[in-house]
Parts: sequence; structure tokens; C-alpha cells
Amino acid sequence: MRQINVALVGNPNTGKTSVFNSLTGLNQKVGNYPGITVEKKEGVCKLSRMLKAHILDLPGTYSLNASSLDEDVAIKLLLNKNDKDYPDVVVVVSDIENLKRNLLLFTQIKDLGLPTILAINMADRMEKKGIRIDIEALEAKLNTKIALVSARKNLGFDKLKELISNYKMLSTESCCEITHIDSAYFENLEKAYPNQNIYKLWLIINNDVNFGDLNRNPIENKTQDFTPKSKSELKHLQQKEVIARYLFINKSLKATLTKDINAAKGLRASLDRLLIHKFWGYFIFALILLLIFQAIYNWSAFPMDLIDLGFANLSELTKQHLPDGQFTRLIAEGIIPGIGGIVIFVPQIALLFLFISLLEESGYMSRVVFLTDRIMKKFGLSGKSIVPLVSGTACAIPAVMASRNIENWKERLITILVIPFTTCSARLPVYLIIISLVIPDENLLGFLNYQGLVLFFLYFLGFGMALFSAWLLHLIMKNSKKTYFVIEMPDYKLPIFKNVVITVVDKTKSFVFGAGKIILAISIILWVLASYGPNEKFSKAEQIVNEEITAENLTLSAEEVNTKIASHKLRYSYIGYMGKAIEPVVQPLGYDWKIGIAVITSFAAREVFVGTLATIYSVGSENEETIKQRMSKEVNPVIGGKLFNFASGISLLLFYAFAMQCMSTLAVVKRETNTWKWPILQLVIMSAFAYVVSLIAFQLLK
Amino acid sequence: MSIADLKSGQKAIITDISALTIPLKLLEMGCLPGSEVEVIKINKIKDPLYLNINETYLAIRLETARDILVTTLNTSDETN
Repeated sequence: MRQINVALVGNPNTGKTSVFNSLTGLNQKVGNYPGITVEKKEGVCKLSRMLKAHILDLPGTYSLNASSLDEDVAIKLLLNKNDKDYPDVVVVVSDIENLKRNLLLFTQIKDLGLPTILAINMADRMEKKGIRIDIEALEAKLNTKIALVSARKNLGFDKLKELISNYKMLSTESCCEITHIDSAYFENLEKAYPNQNIYKLWLIINNDVNFGDLNRNPIENKTQDFTPKSKSELKHLQQKEVIARYLFINKSLKATLTKDINAAKGLRASLDRLLIHKFWGYFIFALILLLIFQAIYNWSAFPMDLIDLGFANLSELTKQHLPDGQFTRLIAEGIIPGIGGIVIFVPQIALLFLFISLLEESGYMSRVVFLTDRIMKKFGLSGKSIVPLVSGTACAIPAVMASRNIENWKERLITILVIPFTTCSARLPVYLIIISLVIPDENLLGFLNYQGLVLFFLYFLGFGMALFSAWLLHLIMKNSKKTYFVIEMPDYKLPIFKNVVITVVDKTKSFVFGAGKIILAISIILWVLASYGPNEKFSKAEQIVNEEITAENLTLSAEEVNTKIASHKLRYSYIGYMGKAIEPVVQPLGYDWKIGIAVITSFAAREVFVGTLATIYSVGSENEETIKQRMSKEVNPVIGGKLFNFASGISLLLFYAFAMQCMSTLAVVKRETNTWKWPILQLVIMSAFAYVVSLIAFQLLK
Repeated sequence: MSIADLKSGQKAIITDISALTIPLKLLEMGCLPGSEVEVIKINKIKDPLYLNINETYLAIRLETARDILVTTLNTSDETN
């Protein structure tokens, strides 16, 4: 079967991803562009019996003038014929209401001489919005083929696929002449490179991108009579280009599109009146956040209990049915609890992403940006930082990547630096298990669960700390370029179910297979460290314990003897020695050496904390107990009483709230800032701060 | 006068934009000389400003709005 490359490009908020989902269904994968962290979505769509299309969903962009890394990706692909994804045909996705603005990008791509199709999405809303288009006339003006589609109603995709299949019939002629904005300049360019696309040369000069044989300096230095433009001259020329394109677009649409201006604008106005109200707007935002956290806490409890029980039973079954030995124990005590420790968080992560994608799909997220800009501005951030910060509640890694949409470097850097304070989903398991151990499961005023309230407070604390440190950084860092802020306020839409599902599945999968791999590996290493010891105290544990029992003349049941042996073994295993070594450091915080180990292993990913304790506690014990029950039985070796009490619990919660404990985040920050300076500063400052706060909390509360 | 001087609900035509301070992105979104701009009246929030420019709804900060010059439209002159 023959395969062609199709690139989907379009403005943000045009439903480009919905069109992508409609074309590819679940036949898609999400990865990263090599070397950078922009998300790469690609999928396959069968066009006919003989032909299939490899479809690349490029990051949303308003034009081919790169102002962010996301846009850079789109431009580089469209300019580089040697890229393996270089498209045979480009589909520009526009929405029906913002056709004018979307056509800017369309005319630019058309100028590159690529076969280009215009897909107008949300066509089902035309009538309601009072819009009429003379498609044939517009096709003639734009020198292209147009498909009216609706991802929501799943209409028009047969036509679109047909147009893609017949891409060779499409004209590659430009539709909008722009060289008149500086005729002499473009003529010289043409003279220097008679075989190159003029517009491509212009984009290379503007965006300063290089492709082996073609890069900016040789282009500018090739001919004597070619005078390179200064930066501000280039900027001025770019503005002239945009204006020239809009003139053409306005003229084309005037003849082909009619709009009844009296058609409903009511929904936007009335929802806006409420959702960005100076009091109710914030109130509703706070309510939505509270709802999300209560939901994560309450709705996920039942499936989590089931998963917990299921893995405990599976481990027990494995032990019963496989012959006893090292291998069986590796499976039953290392691997199965390790996988269980990953799967158990799927319900919570899925729920969180369900909410985040609903907020984004509905258009509400932009209102949050609008509402928060005034506040964020004071902290040296912009309203745009709210999306990375809120995404940080899922995972700091995509959040750091999401900050790429902030054009101003200082704002972006501050956002990146403070994101790890927001409560990511990996902290959630740690919070949940500790909260359920030390906070009573009772209700305030009969309906507000104390445990849920504490969780809400922790999220609030993380967010507050992020803002506070942003403000500090804003004061410390030198003022660079003038900041600006532009945000589109899209129409409110009912979220498309399919898109929400795909987002939830994507993010959950990336957690399970991304973070999950690390968690499983650490679980197995830990199991090995806990199952072997460096000396005779470990290998002869049974003998030693039995001798002690005889010496002290104790009468113990077989089970009590086994427990004693198990704890003796653990103490003298490799991991026991490691834990003992760091105990003096963590003791003032109310932790014992087992928690100390868990805190250290959390550096791989915070949720490893729970898995580590699970492994430490289940090693050697005959009966599989759920981790929580086991934890609640732990006794503090120094001061007695329950190890997980209110004071040590709060101390742990605060430690996890503030400490920079995730090596993946450090790696992504390094990549985004292009230096180790920032991630190392983050690590040192955050961890020291966490230690001090936890120390104070424990010493005050104990 | 600039967009920042418009009252809520008032419509105007953009006459000039300060080439060096206005981000290209704003132009690409349709904020150009000749475009019609309307300040959306929302709960008296003045910063950021909620605008309808050329059928695109967007928000910009007051300081950016000061760099976009306009002349007001008499509502009775409004045409399609």
C-alpha cells in the first residue's frame, strides 16, 4: 500500500486536533520531536484500498513567523524538503467563524508551493451563526480545494479524504502576491537564487533557520547589490507582509462570504458575564478546583480499593501456585507489588485529566487566563502562566513544556522555576496515603470531608508557594525586554467526547509507561537490596533470632518468630544499612530509616515513596497486607507511639509539598533552559527549604 | 486616541500601530490598521482589555492597548 505524508496545520482553537482525531481515530501516537520537547502527534488514515496517509498534527500556529518553539517546529518542517515527514500535501484547518484570520496562515503556506487543501471545521455551526460561503468562488480566489467538515457531527470527512487522495490535482501556484511590499529586495533575492522559492528564502531570513545548503548569511551575502535588512527593517517588512495578506483576504472574503451580524452572540456574552465576573468569576474558578479535588479524592476511592485488593490477591496466588524460590519471590514480592503501585493511580490521573481537558475543550481555560492575568502580572508572570501552573497539578514535565507558549523569556523562566511547587499527580499518592493515616475521616459541617480539605489545602499551599517564589524571582532577576500579553478568547463549546477520551487515555498511558517504567525498575532494585545483605547477620538471620529467643527464654508462636526474623533480615539487608546511614539526617523530621529510604528513592518519581514502603514492609512477611494497614502499625523507634502520627504526617506532607524530588523534572528543566544552572538551583533551594519547614513543623507539633 | 481610551462597548477603527512595540502576533490575529475594534463590556474589568477585533475575540493588557491608535466610529455609521 502506498503512503503519503499529510501535515495538518492551523491556528490554535480551530479544532485541528478534533479533525486529526476524526481522521485517525485511535490510530495515533504521541511522541516528541527529537531533541526538543514539543509534542509530536502522528497517526495513520486509510484513504482507499491502495493509499494510506501518514498524518502529522503540527502544533497550532497563527502564522509562519515563529514566535515560540511550537511554531518553530511547524516552520522547520514546511521548509525542509529533506525531513522524512515533509508533507506531500498540507491541510490547513480553519474554523468557520475565524476564517479571515485562519486564511493568513493558509496564504503563507500556499506561497511555499505546497499542494494545500483548506478544511473548514465546525461547518455545522454555519447556519446558526448566519454565515454563507460561496465555496466555488472562494476556491477560485484561493486557488485551492475546500472541504467543509464538522468533527463534532463527523461530516465531510469523505470529501476531505478524497481531496487528500487526489492531491496531485491541486494547484501549487501562490494565491496572494506579496513581493510588492519591497520589490527591489525580492527581485534581488530572486536573482541570487533563481531556482528557489522566494517566499521560502524570505522565511529563512526572517526566522533565521538553517538547512545545510540554505541558511541566512549566504543568502544575504550572495550578491553585491543585495543589502541585508536590519532587524527592525525586517520586522517592519513582516508587518507589511501581514497587512498585504489581510488586504487580499478581506477582498476575497468580501466577494464570497456573507455574515448575518445579528446572529446569536448571546451565549458568549452571557457566559462571559458570569465566568469573568470580578467576584463570581474567581468564586466559580475556586469552586471548580474544589470540585476537582474532592472528585479525585472521593470518586477514585472505590476503583483504587479494587486495584489494591486485586494485586494483593495476585501476589498471594503467585506464591501459592509457583514453586518457592528466588524467581517466585521476585515476581510475588518485587514485580507484582511494583506494578500494583503504578496501576493504583490510574483512576486519579484519569479523573484529573478528564477535568483539565474538559476545561480546555470548553473554552473556559482562556477565561481563567483572562481572570488571572491581573493577579499573575504582580508576581512577574502573565495569565498564560496559569495553564502551565494548573497543568503542573498533573505533572511538572508537560507543564514545563507548556510554558513554551509564553513568549517573554523572563516570564517563561520564572514559570518553569516555580512549576515544581504545584502539586503534581505523583505527590498525590503520597498525600493520599499519609492523609488517610493521620487525618480523621470525618466531616466538617456534615458535608466537607476533613481529608479532602487537607488535600485542598496542600494544593493551595503548593500554588501559593509557586506564586510567592515567582514574586521573589521577579524582584531578583534583572528586567529584560518589555512583556506583552495576547490571548485569544475562543467561543464556548460543548467538549467533544472523543477528544476528551483520547486526552485522558494519552496522558494515563504516558504516566503508566513513562513514569511506570522507572517505578517498576526502582521497585525491583529495592526488592533485591532488601532481599540480600552484605554479611552473616543477614544470611544467618534465622539462626541468630532463634538463638536470641532461646537465650531470653521466650515462648513465641511460629508467626511471631517469622515476623521477628523478617524484621531482623530487613535491618541487616543492604537497604537496611543504607537507611541506617541516613537516619540521623531524617530523624529530626520525625522519620525512621524506612521512611528515609523512601524519601531518597522518591527522587526517581515521588510516587515511588509508596511503592518503596510497600516493598520494604511486604518483604519477608507471610501474609500480604495492604500497605496502609501495615503503615498504621509502624512504631516510632525513638519516641515510641505510632510512627505515622499527626506530627510526622504533617512533616512528611510538607516535605513532599516543597522538595524538588523528581529527576525527570530536573532533566526537562535542563532541556528547556539549556543549562544545568537552573535545575541545580531548583534542587538545592527547594530541598533545603523543604527540610527546614518539615523540621520546624515536626518539632512544633510533636 | 488609543484603544485604552475607548469606553466599554465603543467601536473604533485602528488607524496606526506602533511598529516597534506591538508584537507581530497581534497583527497576525487581525489587529491591523483599518480593522474595526470593539471593547467588550465585561464587568468593568479594564485590564486586560477584552476586545473584538475583526471578528476575533482576544484580550490584551492596557499598556499594549495604549500603543494602538484608533478613531471612533459613530454607531449610526456602522455598516457590514
